[in-house]
Amino acid sequence: MKKLVRSNLAIKLVSLILTFAIIQLLIYFDIINDYLQATLATICINIILAVSLNLITGFTGQFSLGHAGFMSIGAYACALITLRIPTIPGFILGVFAGAVAAALIGGLVGLPTLRLRGDYLAIATLGMSEIIRIVFLNLDNITNGAAGLQDIPQFANWKWLFIYTAGTVLIISNYIRSSHGRACISIREDEIAAEAMGINSTKYKVIAFTIGAFFAGIAGALYATTFNFIDPKIFGFSKSIDVLVIVVLGGLGSISGSIIAAVLLGVVTTYLQSFANIQMILYSVLLIIIMIFRPQGLMGSKEVSLSIFSKLGNSFKSKKGRV
Amino acid sequence: MSILSVNKLTKSFGGLMAVSNVSMEINKGELVGLIGPNGAGKTTVFNLLTGIYEPSSGTITLDPNGVNRDIQGLKPHTICKIGLARTFQNIRLFKDLSVIDNVRIAMHKNVKYGLVSSFFHLPSYSKEEALLTKKSIELLKILKLDHKKDELAKNLPYGEQRHLEIARALATNPTLLLLDEPAAGMNPAETSQLTELIGWIRKEFDLTILLIEHDMSLVMKICERIYVLDYGMVIAEGTPEEIKNNKRVIEAYLGEDMNNAGD
Amino acid sequence: MEQFFQQTINGISLGSIYALIALGYTMVYGIIKLINFAHSDVYMLGAYFGYVCMTSFKLGFLPSLLISMVLCTLIGVMIEKIAYKPLRNATRIAVLITAIGVSLFLEYVTMAIAGANVRSYPPQTGILDQSFNIGSINITMQQIIIVSITIILMVLLQFIVKKTRIGKAMRAVSLDSDAAELMGINVNTTISFTFAIGSALAGAAGIMVGIYYNSINPLMGMLPGLKAFVAAVFGGIGIIPGAMIGGYFIGIVEVLVSGYSNSMYRDGVVFAILILVLIIKPAGLLGKNTREKV
Repeated sequence: MKKLVRSNLAIKLVSLILTFAIIQLLIYFDIINDYLQATLATICINIILAVSLNLITGFTGQFSLGHAGFMSIGAYACALITLRIPTIPGFILGVFAGAVAAALIGGLVGLPTLRLRGDYLAIATLGMSEIIRIVFLNLDNITNGAAGLQDIPQFANWKWLFIYTAGTVLIISNYIRSSHGRACISIREDEIAAEAMGINSTKYKVIAFTIGAFFAGIAGALYATTFNFIDPKIFGFSKSIDVLVIVVLGGLGSISGSIIAAVLLGVVTTYLQSFANIQMILYSVLLIIIMIFRPQGLMGSKEVSLSIFSKLGNSFKSKKGRV
Repeated sequence: MSILSVNKLTKSFGGLMAVSNVSMEINKGELVGLIGPNGAGKTTVFNLLTGIYEPSSGTITLDPNGVNRDIQGLKPHTICKIGLARTFQNIRLFKDLSVIDNVRIAMHKNVKYGLVSSFFHLPSYSKEEALLTKKSIELLKILKLDHKKDELAKNLPYGEQRHLEIARALATNPTLLLLDEPAAGMNPAETSQLTELIGWIRKEFDLTILLIEHDMSLVMKICERIYVLDYGMVIAEGTPEEIKNNKRVIEAYLGEDMNNAGD
Repeated sequence: MEQFFQQTINGISLGSIYALIALGYTMVYGIIKLINFAHSDVYMLGAYFGYVCMTSFKLGFLPSLLISMVLCTLIGVMIEKIAYKPLRNATRIAVLITAIGVSLFLEYVTMAIAGANVRSYPPQTGILDQSFNIGSINITMQQIIIVSITIILMVLLQFIVKKTRIGKAMRAVSLDSDAAELMGINVNTTISFTFAIGSALAGAAGIMVGIYYNSINPLMGMLPGLKAFVAAVFGGIGIIPGAMIGGYFIGIVEVLVSGYSNSMYRDGVVFAILILVLIIKPAGLLGKNTREKV
């Protein structure tokens, strides 16, 4: 058992280092040019958003349409701080403050609304996120209203993005494999049974919501410090939908699914950019087709793991045996 | 010494009295049956005891370890933590999770490591998780489910799902266990096996058990005392022998052959 | 006080539009438990169909209204058949994502054909251009027509749902589609019919918004769609009178808030009311709380 845990950790570390090294090399040889680096940043931010929403919707079973709201809190908090303290410590402080602010609001909003179920919760979170957006729109003297904040110092380079993305994935995947994480999953499975088995469902819903909001806040902070500009429009209803699409495409309850979907979507969108006028039409058709033919998403609720490789190996062996 | 005392418990849904003025005493170590015709309000009593419904009036006092606690109106998870666990008549397992995870979730209340430890898998995580896994497997062994610990709960055959329900309830380390029709859908051989199992876990885990059951052979065989519910009211209470010969009970069950049932 | 009446009248006109859209949301939700995100785009298409009728074919308001409703009906039924029907047994969230896909598809196809820019409806002449005053309160003929058409359509809808065979089938399917099927009701036809009616109403709302506000664009459905859905939830989703009440309530609140305070806050107030209603009465104004059987 212990060996397994340790080897798991080793595999994770090795794959992380490999991913980092490969992309670093690609950047070094300019195969990933400046334009593609923007795609890379988008992919990283989308991974953070999708994995954190997956914790709320995929694992805890709470349908949220308000992720963009939490993201915007992180973005504005970090932007306002880095605009005043344009240094690396200021950036780190900004990301942290953005995440904490988002988590606080997430917890506060979660407490009353998480009593709602299913679509009602989705609509309430959507409304909450719209309210956040409207507040940012109207706090003219702080957020500069509809015109948005410009010239936010660009601190979030690829290395920072990688650290935050890897950190998010590790922490959330660790969490769902802990007793606390299982408590969240049991709520998705059957809330009444979970309560009867001693799981405080309200507490664990709020925890999932708060953690999810925390990382959405990080994603927002990274967005602000990557693209130098934010306005309330960016964090509208369609942003929440975008994140939900990634989560469902990857598979509810599959972290590797969220990552794969975020990467695929990033690559596909970049590729479709050359068909600018029909880009969104192709995207929507793709979405409909995938949902019709694979409604459980790419991964279902499974994770990519070594056991899949060993299964593949086995089936290969057994085929060989027959021949 | 009474471990559970229910006093004038009443629940109405709209105008319908599902449970009215039910009073019960259950002593430590007893195995008590709760029977009654369909729709008598048995499961509603369970739902009131476990906090899924809030009573309209009346009190429920639980005394697991010499401290009386009124539990009416508390949340189900709090009641579970005080020491009351249950199974569900219409099996409510965590279907898409493995057998062992079903049990581990029920052990969650004993977990001491915090959120930070779960984020970073600190040593306290590894230590406690290993212990949790060990305990879960031990429990599954008792219910002969250990060889299927990694299967999804929904893929178990029906009888084993019922066993897993019991395992999961036991995992919460209760002092009082409520079993809601544990033998429903089982054949006579399985039922007699289950009868033995219930007797055995009661001794092994030092449990007090309250069970709802339609299978009279099981009830008459293992229950020391029986409460009979009809139209939400207790119409009789006594030993199996007394119940079998109670006129009101026979009337309530008219059509069901009480006298043959227990023999 | 006069300002209040003026705002209320404006609010009732806007509320009529919301109510018409909300009806489509609520009926579809009632019958297949889907938040049909594409519904707001059917409304947008209604506005465009009306625009084409009035500009390219120089048709009058009423013929344009009818044509627009018919075309929207066809589109609504097609959406259901092509995109939602194959997913009848899939998870609800998968259908929801499909609905989002359909919504994007309609928006961007319209954009590719008609361009992304705002278009203005031709100026209305004759009776549609008139208005009259009661004291200092100004009421336009357009407002009267919008409200009357809405009321006529609602009465018609009530008649269909309460008195006809297909209406009975709709109510049966929304209560329990399995049982309805066992009783010999053709569930697929009933669902298609629900989409047809909802889309026709959305089409009517689209063209009326066109003549009322003059400007239309491919993304015009998003926010009104969202608010119409809020209206449906507010009144109790799945309940037809609830959607009407919700629509009028949201319309009036919105106009009053922008009339009396910062108009930037009007959407915020609408959503805040929604959240309050959900917390206090989760099933909406006319909804009944259901209890899960344990």
